[in-house]
Amino acid sequence: MSLLPSPSKEPLWREEFSVFTSDERYVTRRQFAKFLTLTSLGMFVGNLWVLAKAHFAKTPSFPSVEVGEVGEIPVRGIKLFTYPTPKDHCILIRAGEDQYMAYSQKCTHLSCAVYFSAKEDRLECPCHQGFFSVRDGSVLQGPPLRPLPQITLERNGARLLAVGLKGS
Amino acid sequence: MVNLERYQQRRGLVAIDGAMALIFILLIVQIWLLGATLETFLAGHAGAVLPAAICSGLVFLGCLALDLFVTRVDQESRKP
Repeated sequence: MSLLPSPSKEPLWREEFSVFTSDERYVTRRQFAKFLTLTSLGMFVGNLWVLAKAHFAKTPSFPSVEVGEVGEIPVRGIKLFTYPTPKDHCILIRAGEDQYMAYSQKCTHLSCAVYFSAKEDRLECPCHQGFFSVRDGSVLQGPPLRPLPQITLERNGARLLAVGLKGS
Repeated sequence: MVNLERYQQRRGLVAIDGAMALIFILLIVQIWLLGATLETFLAGHAGAVLPAAICSGLVFLGCLALDLFVTRVDQESRKP
């Protein structure tokens, strides 16, 4: 018994426009099944599109930009800067005596600007109470699912340089 | 004769309804799969994209097989 339908001798129009009322139920069901299958094809094409995007995505190159000097901001203090473009706002945090971290200021939930709460020792989004860890930008609480993109910092003498972006 | 015809039609309809329910479930799985793949890709984990695409293709093939089954049962049930 084959899964494939046997080739019909009836013309297509006769199959689709039934003479008998009882046959109409089949036609609507068959058309609905076709519609669902086409939607499934659409989802598959969507997945292939994501695959193509992942395969052909270029590795972005980031500029090296000076964001401040060592000792410029106090311990548990912050400095705002933009990286890699003037439209991308970031926050530099001095978490310890010799510990500097920098993150994108854009919340991964709905892009509100996050701020550093020194009292709670975390980054907070005021819009929907999303909290991020200062150590690695991971989500501590709230609706955001992804961690904050982290700016890679390098020290060149007394200068702090932003050289890359992780998790963007 | 009429009773036998009606019985065959009813049986065909039950088979078609069952197949359609399965297609519907597979479609929900596929919608979830696309959402999860996109979320994972945007989070920077591209490793899960290929297995997700393969799974999505298999689910689509399942839907296609069920659709062909529906068409075949439809033809069988309506044979004079």
